[in-house]
Amino acid sequence: MHDDHDHHHDNHLDPMAARVKALETILTEKGLIDPAAIDVIIDTYENKVGPRNGAKVVARAWTDPAFSDWLRRDATAAIASLGFSGRQGEHMQAVFNTPDTHNLIVCTLCSCYPWSVLGLPPVWYKAPPYRSRAVIDPRSVLEEFGLGLPAETRIRVWDSTAELRYLVVPMRPDGAEEWSEDRLASLVTRDSMIGTAQVKLPDAP
Amino acid sequence: MNGPQDLGGQMGFGPVAPELDEPIFHSEWEKRALGLTLCAGAMGHWNIDESRHARESLHPADYYASSYYEIWTKALETLLERHGFVSREERMAGRSLGAGTAAKRKLIAADVPAVLARGGPCDRPVASAPRFKAGDRVRTKTINPAGHTRLPRYARDKVGVIEAVRDGFVFPDTNAQGQGENAQYVYTIAFDGTEIWGQDADPTLSVSIDAWESYLEPA
Repeated sequence: MHDDHDHHHDNHLDPMAARVKALETILTEKGLIDPAAIDVIIDTYENKVGPRNGAKVVARAWTDPAFSDWLRRDATAAIASLGFSGRQGEHMQAVFNTPDTHNLIVCTLCSCYPWSVLGLPPVWYKAPPYRSRAVIDPRSVLEEFGLGLPAETRIRVWDSTAELRYLVVPMRPDGAEEWSEDRLASLVTRDSMIGTAQVKLPDAP
Repeated sequence: MNGPQDLGGQMGFGPVAPELDEPIFHSEWEKRALGLTLCAGAMGHWNIDESRHARESLHPADYYASSYYEIWTKALETLLERHGFVSREERMAGRSLGAGTAAKRKLIAADVPAVLARGGPCDRPVASAPRFKAGDRVRTKTINPAGHTRLPRYARDKVGVIEAVRDGFVFPDTNAQGQGENAQYVYTIAFDGTEIWGQDADPTLSVSIDAWESYLEPA
């Protein structure tokens, strides 16, 4: 095997890797960027900012009615109180699932996503199938995620066309009444905070 | 613009196909593309609206054949060339061929945490009172600007109800073109699915957009 091969010889880079490398090389030569800054950005979104942030927000909302109320009224401030703020989370709105209404987040025009609480968006969120269908046929989209909603459940789709970024607060699952906030947070998935999943207990079907 | 980015309600793209245990990045170059895009943006020579417009201005065939990090990278090439930082010849050569525009700012590694934590808030004070209030019925305008806009085609000339009056925000339609921030109030407007998609739409569906005040008129 020669796994390292592509990483060490420019003439074997794939076309996109070569294009990106050219830009980084030129901008570095001109003193316009600091390559070490890129490393820190990557580390931030690989290791520090991701959906565990959002899961803590949701678990706090489930266990603290005053926080839940604050999150409903001023999500940006409530979320910042837990230490999560900044790029692509400057203007937050939390939307709460109920037995009657299921919320789903999309950005039909680009890839707007609440980075501060969910990290970087998955590929499917940024790709044409999801962006095109979420607003016209969300039920079939949800079924592709394995989520079949009752026919009478209302679906509310939030298209992120401005600078507000949305976080879905899923419903707390039955059977976890005694769980601690940390343990509840471990149940909350990224997809449940986009609206393409619900939160389930580990042994639930 | 009525470009390839305006995807709401388009058909034919197939299933969503979520990837199980999707990695944060799918290759090393995607990581560098993310960092480069942020570092180049931090030079301060274009705003997020001009960036979005550069992406949606890719030829539709190119846009639809590209992953999102590819779209970002191709748009970044456009922006760097437009603003005099990296010429096409330099991209072909893969190295600097001389000085270009001097950057207003340079993001250094030590400053990254603070810069990311601060983000780029784009709410702005607006001197006048909001034209609409929660509960008002409004109709979105029919507009087809050649430049950037954030009113999707599927939500033009539709009647909805204002759910929330937001703050004033930078107006992307002018900001993308270097014509100023011109902040306006933003409103969250909910539409019945049937208003947007017709009688065959899912009767349980409602869709909301966030719209700048000048996109709206009373209904």
